[in-house]
Amino acid sequence: MGRSSTVKETQALFQSLRSAYAATPNNLKIIDVFVGFAVLTAIIQVVYMAVVGSFPFNSFLSGVLSCIGTAVLAVCLRIQVNKDNKEFKDVAPERAFADFILCNLVLHLVIMNFMG
Amino acid sequence: MASPESAVNGPTMTAGAASKSLRNAFGGVIAFIILVLIGVLAFSIRLFSVIKYESVIHEFDPYFNYRVTQFLSKNGIYDFWNWFDDRTWYPLGRVIGGTVYPGLTLTAGTIWKVVNSLNIPLSVETVCVFTAPIFSAFASWAAYLLTKEVKGPGAGLTAAALLAMVPSYISRSVAGSYDNEAVAIFALVFTFYLYIKTLNTGSLFYATLNALAYFYMVCSWGGYTFIINLIPMHVLLCIVTGRYSSRLYIAYAPLVVLGTLLASLVPVVGFNAVLTSEHFASFLVFIIIHVVALAYYIKGILSPKMFKVAVTLVVSVGLAVCCAVIAILIAVVASSPTKGWSGRSLTLLDPTYASKYIPIIASVSEHQPPTWPSYFMDINVLAFLVPAGIIACFMPLTDSSSFVILYIVTSVYFSGVMVRLMLVLAPAACILSGIALSEAFNVLTRSIKFQLPGIAGNPSIASEENGSSTVVAPNDIPKTEEAAKEKPAKKNRKKEKENVEKKPTPSKTEKRLLVLPLEASVIAVLLLVLLGAFYVVHCVWAAAEAYSAPSIVLTSHSNDGGLHVFDDFREAYSWLSHNTDVDDKVASWWDYGYQTTAMANRTVLVDNNTWNNTHIATVGTAMSSPEKQAWEIFHSLDVKYVLVVFGGVVGYPSDDINKFLWMVRIGGGVFPHIKEPDYLRDGQYRIDAQATPTMLNCLMYKLSYFRFVETDGKGFDRVRRTEIGKKHFKLTHFEEVFTTHHWMVRIYKLKPQRNRIRGKTKKSKSSRSVSSKRDVRGKRNPWH
Repeated sequence: MGRSSTVKETQALFQSLRSAYAATPNNLKIIDVFVGFAVLTAIIQVVYMAVVGSFPFNSFLSGVLSCIGTAVLAVCLRIQVNKDNKEFKDVAPERAFADFILCNLVLHLVIMNFMG
Repeated sequence: MASPESAVNGPTMTAGAASKSLRNAFGGVIAFIILVLIGVLAFSIRLFSVIKYESVIHEFDPYFNYRVTQFLSKNGIYDFWNWFDDRTWYPLGRVIGGTVYPGLTLTAGTIWKVVNSLNIPLSVETVCVFTAPIFSAFASWAAYLLTKEVKGPGAGLTAAALLAMVPSYISRSVAGSYDNEAVAIFALVFTFYLYIKTLNTGSLFYATLNALAYFYMVCSWGGYTFIINLIPMHVLLCIVTGRYSSRLYIAYAPLVVLGTLLASLVPVVGFNAVLTSEHFASFLVFIIIHVVALAYYIKGILSPKMFKVAVTLVVSVGLAVCCAVIAILIAVVASSPTKGWSGRSLTLLDPTYASKYIPIIASVSEHQPPTWPSYFMDINVLAFLVPAGIIACFMPLTDSSSFVILYIVTSVYFSGVMVRLMLVLAPAACILSGIALSEAFNVLTRSIKFQLPGIAGNPSIASEENGSSTVVAPNDIPKTEEAAKEKPAKKNRKKEKENVEKKPTPSKTEKRLLVLPLEASVIAVLLLVLLGAFYVVHCVWAAAEAYSAPSIVLTSHSNDGGLHVFDDFREAYSWLSHNTDVDDKVASWWDYGYQTTAMANRTVLVDNNTWNNTHIATVGTAMSSPEKQAWEIFHSLDVKYVLVVFGGVVGYPSDDINKFLWMVRIGGGVFPHIKEPDYLRDGQYRIDAQATPTMLNCLMYKLSYFRFVETDGKGFDRVRRTEIGKKHFKLTHFEEVFTTHHWMVRIYKLKPQRNRIRGKTKKSKSSRSVSSKRDVRGKRNPWH
């Protein structure tokens, strides 16, 4: 009995999660897809390293960190663009996007240098 | 926030908007002028050594940095990046590009290049000598910015003025002390400022700048591990105390990713940025902050009941995963003998580690724990202003003030482990003292302002905004025994705040009663100014007398007030550079390696980098062995000259005989036939007639005291204050080639091998039987 109630509870949980998430605006969903893609690429790289070996280590490190870095920066962008965040209501989304671009530029400059 | 300006401009409570903006502009101009003056003060207080002696590079390590900068300016950056130095650590050499922190040399090289391209003809040496004072001015400005973010411009100006003068920082950044810390402290304070700024504003732009400033810090100093451990600690503290916000995520997560990448770019750090335990804290907190961010996000989009269900589900699953991950991590870390930490970091965490396992780190005088008086000498008045500052940071407790509190607590611990790290304590102490002094002045001037006769009775708008601080602060400033009052003070503050919101009128009269009496405030202001005066006097004295000595030149005052200069070191190095071949190898103790390569331009065996313990132990063994064995060791390393520093004639206490026991210990750590008790008589280190025969026969004794008896007829050593044991002896394998004017540096040449050995066959038979006897005894001397 207990188990079926927990199963029902988890099903109800996932339902409410899905319905709550469907209510988010489209631009935030696009950013979420981008974050998911970046994390997926990072995981693929790690699996590849586990199969093939970690030489040259700097290329592996720069590849994985570039994926994680873009994911993190996209999450920061999402935080700043989200209209529900009261702390950032006076930051224009264009300014947030410009910061995002700048940070990505620095990140990828370093990646290019480190990849070897 | 604008109290110093308002205190200066007088009580214009009911002024219109125009005069308020004029007042703000006036205040801004005054702040700017004060900052410029602070910069000039920071620069000029460090010039005592240039005025008293000359514009010369001090100590030992700066000579290496100077030599590297010379190479950079002559050969350009690509050759510098790929430089393999064969004139040191003979015959091993040293990869300079991969083992030096390039920040300082690149900074000075850039300054030199820019200045010369503007046709201002400064030499590399001048730029090197004056880099430290310039960057200390920058560090003061960075401290202003940091404290302004924490408390306000008044506290910022006070903190900047204190940092410009604090003796601990002066000691490592006088004009001529061209060492990593000169630039690194500026980078440290600036990185912290950008972190706090990002935390306060939540702007990704400042997060990028923060990562770049952290990169500059990694380039400059090995102490960057302090930053990459302090910031995760602070993030963890914020999360645990319930202060998580999305600004915290923006401040921390990009820094970790960008910072790790940038740190791996620097060749000295390389892959250590991801593989050593010093960085694991940042990765751990990175994972933790993502978990917390996800939790807050889900909490935001779900209803509370559903969230509870989610929590129970996640906790049960997550715990299992966590345990598995932690088990793997522990297995990986435990597989390395030092648990992944480097030797220097282990010394900081466990202060007794170095003396047990790494005698070289334990032997450096800078790595000893400080004595209590050195705290008062180095940070003076700030030592008792810091607790007041910590209390002021709790009223109110913001993210930035919690960071400053964490910074001071950790830096106090580390300064207790090593004297050298008092330098990291200095900016924290200045920031907190600036906060304390500024708050004290706030309260006192406000008390004076409201009680001056003739001023209208209604409290200003400003006092209502900071109502909490005026209510609480008079209770526990300046008599600071009331540290325990912090908790009831907080409760008071909450109660008063509610009272303020509900009933403004009675609370106004309440606030006026809680202001300090007028006469007490005036006297307190005068006393605080007097305190500041004592601090300034002490700092100027410390800068002029204690910390301005370039140890390459020594002075003493003769009885009639004249100044006598001992320039023996430079005399010896210039003799070497003029009277020996370019390829000759010079052997000395590792202290003098950098100076020999930089000034005498000769190849050395060991230098201050001390990266190869066995090589240093070889030199130590040679100095501790009898003449023949020492000659053989040096001959096998192609050494031609041996350099010894001897202070017995003039009373110079840092000579090689005083350092000799360390040579024995380090040599004995690698070659077991050197045993320290052989050189001690009854546990005491002596060089007089009671010394052991091993001591009287060793190379260091002979090279130091050769012909010493000719100076005064009795051989009285002024440093050890006894007559020496063996006075008349000849050297068989070395010959003296140069002794400086005050006998401080003595240079010997290895005598070449004899062409014919008389009675060769007989000697070989006896040596064979002797060596077999030695094998049987088991204490094999590897040099036979």
